[in-house]
Amino acid sequence: MATLNINGETVEVEVDGSTPLLWVLREQLGLTGTKYACGIGLCGSCTVHVDGEAVRSCTVPVSSMDADKKIVTIEGLSADNSHPLQQAWKELDVPQCGYCQPGMIMAAAALLNKNPEPDDEAINQQITNICRCGTFNRVRRGIHLAVDINKRGRS
Amino acid sequence: MKNDTLNVSRREFLITSTRAAGLGVGFSLGLYLPMSTTAVAGEWDELPSEGLPEIGAWVVIQPDDTVIIRIARSEMGQGTLTGLAQLVAEELECDWDKIITEYPTPGENRARDRIWGSFSTGGSRGIRDSHRYVRKGGAVAREMLLQAAADRWDVPKGECRAANSVITHQPSGRTVTYGQVAEAASELIPPQHVELKDPDEWQIIGKPIPRLDTDDKLNGKQIFGTDLQLPGMLNAAIKACPTFGGRLKSFDEKKVTGMPGVRKVVRVGEDAVAVVADTWWQANQALDALPITWDHGPNAKLDSAAIDQMLEEGLSSDKEVFVGNKAGDVNRALKGAAKTVEATYRYPYQNHATMEPMNATALWSKDKCEVWCPTQNGEAALKAAVDASGLPVDKCEVYKIHLGGGFGRRGAFHDFVTQAVNIAKQLPGSPVKLLWSREEDMAHGHYHPITHCKLVGGLDEAGNLTGLNVRISGQSILATVMPDGLQDGMDPVTFQGFHAEGDHAISYTVPNLLVEHAMRNPPVPPGFWRGVNINQNAIYMECFLDELAHAAGKDPLEFRRSLMADQPKSRAVLDVVAEKVGWGKPAGDGVHRGLAVVKTFGSYVAACAEVSVDDKGKLKIHRIVAATDPGHAVNPQQIEAQVEGSFVYGLSALLYGECTIKDGGVEQTNFHDFPSLLMDEMPEVETIVMPSGGFWGGIGEPTIAVAAPAVLNAIFAATGKRIRRVPITQQLAAS
Ligand code: FES
Ligand code: FES
Repeated sequence: MATLNINGETVEVEVDGSTPLLWVLREQLGLTGTKYACGIGLCGSCTVHVDGEAVRSCTVPVSSMDADKKIVTIEGLSADNSHPLQQAWKELDVPQCGYCQPGMIMAAAALLNKNPEPDDEAINQQITNICRCGTFNRVRRGIHLAVDINKRGRS
Repeated sequence: MKNDTLNVSRREFLITSTRAAGLGVGFSLGLYLPMSTTAVAGEWDELPSEGLPEIGAWVVIQPDDTVIIRIARSEMGQGTLTGLAQLVAEELECDWDKIITEYPTPGENRARDRIWGSFSTGGSRGIRDSHRYVRKGGAVAREMLLQAAADRWDVPKGECRAANSVITHQPSGRTVTYGQVAEAASELIPPQHVELKDPDEWQIIGKPIPRLDTDDKLNGKQIFGTDLQLPGMLNAAIKACPTFGGRLKSFDEKKVTGMPGVRKVVRVGEDAVAVVADTWWQANQALDALPITWDHGPNAKLDSAAIDQMLEEGLSSDKEVFVGNKAGDVNRALKGAAKTVEATYRYPYQNHATMEPMNATALWSKDKCEVWCPTQNGEAALKAAVDASGLPVDKCEVYKIHLGGGFGRRGAFHDFVTQAVNIAKQLPGSPVKLLWSREEDMAHGHYHPITHCKLVGGLDEAGNLTGLNVRISGQSILATVMPDGLQDGMDPVTFQGFHAEGDHAISYTVPNLLVEHAMRNPPVPPGFWRGVNINQNAIYMECFLDELAHAAGKDPLEFRRSLMADQPKSRAVLDVVAEKVGWGKPAGDGVHRGLAVVKTFGSYVAACAEVSVDDKGKLKIHRIVAATDPGHAVNPQQIEAQVEGSFVYGLSALLYGECTIKDGGVEQTNFHDFPSLLMDEMPEVETIVMPSGGFWGGIGEPTIAVAAPAVLNAIFAATGKRIRRVPITQQLAAS
């Protein structure tokens, strides 16, 4: 049995503790926005936030989580595509197939949490997700645009 | 479980895409957390056209004016869904903001005599093959709506005008919306002949319209095959014999039947075993623990060295050699040349590595078989389902789901469907979702074929190219995949980019030319891989032309241009690129340039890459300027996205992409040994879309061909070294 705090809700899951968080999200909780693509921490498709940090959920056994660790998945990023990154992604038509995009957006959101105005070098360092469709340049522009949207929102 | 509990998932389950939130499948954003694996994760929406009459085959209009456009081809990221909708909407004169789309099913297409034409989504053909009948579909519906309005007012149709989903009776100014006359329109007989607009009248085609399928891709709502959940669904993990041509001998299921969630261990065909469990994680854990004995078969000793040897032999052999293009007398030209240049290039096996691993969900009972899957060709998926199910075709159906990448892997091959049905057949009445692990995906691809190529060119005293012999040795895709497509044994696809004419014609006029293929087919399954054979052929031709220019002491741009008098469209894209980068002027400190130009999939494309290489051999690709002339450009901003994306795919292949063979199987297992280009390596890309009109060329694939040779030529300019074997990263570091 694992007790988790996911997208602001406390949930209990009957599951073997060694199960990676990714599969608990997808199969026990039906939160399928978090994707499987490599299963060994290489691609970032499974990125979620744990206490605001980007975590590749395929590498984290659910037993290492507890009710105090705040997990946010793509489904919990905003209720209505209103997160600045989602707005920017929409404006620039970033996704192609879209399969990597939840992970890409969650990685970018974690980056903005820590560094509200990342330069290209910071983006290069922090966004290490694989996208086989090749959306990188729009992802980069999307992060910069989200910074602008954020600023506009504040002013 | 009883079959009828699954009825909700039948016709109601059709993937729809819409800008309006709420359609599709999903949760109320984390607030609804079903706690059981068998809970329905989301409610399937009804097919939007369900119960509504159609206006011609392509259009259904709801009373509230929502326009449903049917899309026969598959969306896999390339934007075809939006592009095809633009084609219909252009003629339909409907309000673009009211459009949603739906996939008709392959079964319905069959039952209705292929009214929606081909479902095949490959070869960059989605739009260029279907634009005429798809636009006609929009025009037919418009005429029917106009007629219905005219009948309603009892006026001549000629006095009515349609715009933005509203019909106006011009003399009286009366108006009616499409939704108000849709039902009446649906009862009319579709006109046989309709006029299509001239391109200069287009208002939606050619505009950089945002995609129709973005919203759900931003919040996790977009359902991919891997995400599908059906009531009572079980999950399967699979392992096929890691040796090509090997078989499954036996497995000891007793060792895993007690593991959590495990329901059944099943043999799948001749060569695979699957564990079926409540969750995929459980299934995969048990599969890892399952003792399996393989019969490794005839290829157990096969390795890359043996394959290389086989191909090297073909470079000079006269056995199994086919001629793809011939002009003049190349032997005489080479003998008489003032200078000859020779080089051999080598291109490896590569995996598609779609982001979403192979998967399919199947539900089988003795009188029905249904499959849900991401597929580039719904009709081929249906055929695979029929063949595996043992049921007649009218008892089978396939529901298409957006793909998490296709790149050719999910078009000609539906091995995952065959397997899923095979497994489901052993659990009648239970839907089973089969998902391949990434490791399985790496081990059982249909790989980019391997070829080597020897080129010999002759130059006269003045440095003009007088003769060129291109000898390709290696694998034919058609010989394995579609032998019916061979022409007297020859595989025309092998000569992509070298043809005398057509969609994949050579971009140069060489007076004495001989392009040959020594067909050598190692027992590694080949497949169509985004770009197909243009990937290596463009490297062979464009890099070798650079070598020839260098040997002739000529500028690579001028050397190319001198051979392109008969190829004005190819020359035009090359010139635009050269002008844009400032060819001939310095590129910046340590930065060097390389060019490439190709005609393929009916489009003319060129690129110039700007790179630097540091003293440790580390490559930086600063910028690529690319131009494409696809004839008509349906959505320029999506073309830009495809160009950038194709460069990532093509450059990943150039830098890192290689599947090596050992003990009869692929050595690479995941993204650590089959890496993909990442953000920090991504060059700036400037795309010039220059449609010259009058033809329809492809978009998804052509530009992939120019990235690699342009970068290779720039690397030569930077280092003075020619790298002739793909992938290049280790060679760069070693040089
Ligand atoms: S699936 Fe977790 S990093 Fe790839
Ligand atoms: S959008 Fe398809 S893998 Fe990134």
